[in-house]
Amino acid sequence: MTALHKITVENKDDEFDCPPEKSLLSGMEQQAKKAIAVGCRGGGCGYCKIRILSGEYDTKKMSIKFVTHEEQQQGFALSCRVFPRSDMNIIAIN
Amino acid sequence: MKKGVLRCGHVQIRVLDMAEALEHYRDRMGLIEMNTDDQGRVYLKGWTECDKYSVILREADEAGMDFMGFKVDSDERLDALKQDLIDFGCEVDELPAGDLADCGRRMSFVAGTGHRFELYADKEQTGRWGVGHHNPEAWPENLKGMKATRLDHCLLYGEDLDSTFKLFTEVLGFWLTEQAMDGDMRIAQFFTCSMKEHEIAFIKSEGNTGAFHHASFYLESWQDVLHAADIISMHDISLDIGPTRHGLTHGATIYFFDPSGNRNETFCGGDYFFPDHPVTTWDAAQLGKAVFYHSRELNDRFLTVTT
Repeated sequence: MTALHKITVENKDDEFDCPPEKSLLSGMEQQAKKAIAVGCRGGGCGYCKIRILSGEYDTKKMSIKFVTHEEQQQGFALSCRVFPRSDMNIIAIN
Repeated sequence: MKKGVLRCGHVQIRVLDMAEALEHYRDRMGLIEMNTDDQGRVYLKGWTECDKYSVILREADEAGMDFMGFKVDSDERLDALKQDLIDFGCEVDELPAGDLADCGRRMSFVAGTGHRFELYADKEQTGRWGVGHHNPEAWPENLKGMKATRLDHCLLYGEDLDSTFKLFTEVLGFWLTEQAMDGDMRIAQFFTCSMKEHEIAFIKSEGNTGAFHHASFYLESWQDVLHAADIISMHDISLDIGPTRHGLTHGATIYFFDPSGNRNETFCGGDYFFPDHPVTTWDAAQLGKAVFYHSRELNDRFLTVTT
């Protein structure tokens, strides 16, 4: 069984578990949580934007219209394109 | 077709990953892959379409719509409409034949809502895919996925609906078929130049410019809409809403997202148009029913998520 990572959404006082093969947004939806706004789930609409405070992760390509390269350096990301590699602490933007 | 504009002929969509996009549009939606150009853009069509393609995919760093093209009835018409667009105040760029593969020269301009549109008169015709035009069979047997038959229309979000209304009705000769009104303010406008209830539609979105809500593809039946819903579940495609029915146009529909977050619709049925038909009006107080006829509740994602 795959290890689950604990994702803490600090500004929503909420948390959920996410396996490494699922995006944070998908992991959250599977547990029927609503800490992050759900949009297109494809990295295109910017709805599920987060800021990552701590933790290891990989990303897939996301629209620079909603997360510029500079913002990505600062830890901003679309949670539908973020795959956890450790426990993570995040802030939901929307 | 007061000014010779025939139909919504193509849409160029930006995708984040071409391989994922092709799997979606070709293998899941059932569009036919026709060509790849030297820029890497991929051209596809619905099997019933006579022209060579209607969807162009371009890999980019952001999702959304590059432009939507309308076919006109003659090359002479292009020059006349170019002048009408200039007189209206549009800046018109003439793109040479071949800039878009297998397509003649195009007149490109931007509407008040910030969306780029273009007109063209010529595109290579390859005929109905798999059946042709000589003693044709009913349908090709080797279609994939949802078996989308054709690109039908696009819905776009922007702020300046009023100048876009003038552009489409006065310059391009479209008819207003349906509208949603908030008092005296038009918040949704549906236009056609054919018997379809809409070839293009706009919804008012304060502060939004050039936003892409969805590209829509026609299916033959409600059973086909349910079949599309099954494909969406089988392949874990991101579902937006449906199957359901709209009040506006009365089409039976399902909405979902491509792997880059661009919204797609597949739908069947709905109303039709003749030039003597009155405009259908929905009141803002009835907007829930106008958008989702069964639940009668507005859905925040459908109203606000665009690329």
